[in-house]
Amino acid sequence: MVVKFKPENVLWEETIPGGCHWSGLMRRGTALRLTDLTGGANCSALFYNAEDKLERYNFSDTLKAQHTAFLTTGNVVYSDMGRVLASIINDNVGWHDTICGVSDASMIAAQYGTSSYQTHHNDMYRNGKDGLLIELAKHGLGKRDLTASVNFFSKVTPDEVGNLSFVANNSKAGSTVDIRFDMNVLLVLSTAPHSLDPKIVYAPAAVKLSALHVGNASQEDICRNSCAQNGRGFVNTERYYL
Amino acid sequence: MIAESQLDPKNAIVNQVCNAGDPWMAELKKDQIFRILDLEGNQAVDTLFYSASNPEERYSVVDTIARQRRLYLTTGSVLYSSEGNAMLTIVADTCGRHDTLGGACSAESNTTRYDLAKRHMHSCRDSFMHALNTCECANHMSKRDITSNINFFMNVPVTVDGGLVFADGISGPGKYVEMRAEMDVTVLISNCPQLNNPCNGYNPTPVRLLVWNGN
Repeated sequence: MVVKFKPENVLWEETIPGGCHWSGLMRRGTALRLTDLTGGANCSALFYNAEDKLERYNFSDTLKAQHTAFLTTGNVVYSDMGRVLASIINDNVGWHDTICGVSDASMIAAQYGTSSYQTHHNDMYRNGKDGLLIELAKHGLGKRDLTASVNFFSKVTPDEVGNLSFVANNSKAGSTVDIRFDMNVLLVLSTAPHSLDPKIVYAPAAVKLSALHVGNASQEDICRNSCAQNGRGFVNTERYYL
Repeated sequence: MIAESQLDPKNAIVNQVCNAGDPWMAELKKDQIFRILDLEGNQAVDTLFYSASNPEERYSVVDTIARQRRLYLTTGSVLYSSEGNAMLTIVADTCGRHDTLGGACSAESNTTRYDLAKRHMHSCRDSFMHALNTCECANHMSKRDITSNINFFMNVPVTVDGGLVFADGISGPGKYVEMRAEMDVTVLISNCPQLNNPCNGYNPTPVRLLVWNGN
């Protein structure tokens, strides 16, 4: 069953300007629609069990359970404890990267030059790593908790020998991806440029967040049924909330 | 890229066997050479590295992949830390390709990947936990410090359309990978006990670990 996104069901909306960062609690049974407002966005995401933040997104377990090297509709985001933190229930982008991590200050400086608060105030160039660490610190977390991220809207493909290429224009203006939260999740986001984005002008896209209630995964849910592994992942998740 | 080493095991200062399913933990000094030898072939060696002086700085799969724009590890690959520093460099490799996407098996991931009843099979993360609880060089590390690792000798090809498979290994008896420490590092290994997929040829076997002093 595909959940229909109805504007009248939106609980709240907020726009993260390009380059900025955000964190918040997303309760089990809610969803976020991420909208790429201008095209070419990157939205790096980290996921933690809000009640036990030692439980966190594990990109390796996520990829090997689903036999994929990227994420799209039907895929779930696994914690290191074999539970489903979140699910991609709708996606009109088709490929979201999770193997390249985030940009750091040295990468941004090498790609775009430097632009500090002192010279440019809030138009300063920001990077993904520092933004995520700032948000993590608000929840008592730090560098030891900085895992690989899901980089929504970004696509990086390998060739036959494993050399990687960033795919420009993977996400068009208005593209959306809907993420259902299957646990109470501390969600941490950064809209700073992807680490492999070759653009030479620093102009990261803004991303709109729209929250809504979608309820828990049904027995017919597209993510629960996309592979037998996910069916077992949902059993583990549901046992946690009994 | 296949590249052989000229180092003689007779001159190694460490020469130990890590049995199938066991953990191994040790420190390497900057410029020391570390070799992992696949004694019987097709044995995945799940490996993590930490800065010996500050374990908050550790091997980073995403830095290693993104900074070199390459998925697989072999001769010439640099193993980058979470701070973007070179931790080790692979200087010899007779296997040709090593995985760093697949991570470590755990009791919990075995329940999703194979069957809810597989929770009680021995796993790499259980070995990591045991090592951190018992090794002197664990330096107060805990589960929080366990990140995505390297799987030496493991073959996890990614197709150009983004598929990921656990394939039969390309390693064999006597193949090895050798790396030079670029900083003082703590090595944490689980010699993988996984029996549910071909990563160990369904038959986990011992590996040999050797260390030489640098020039």
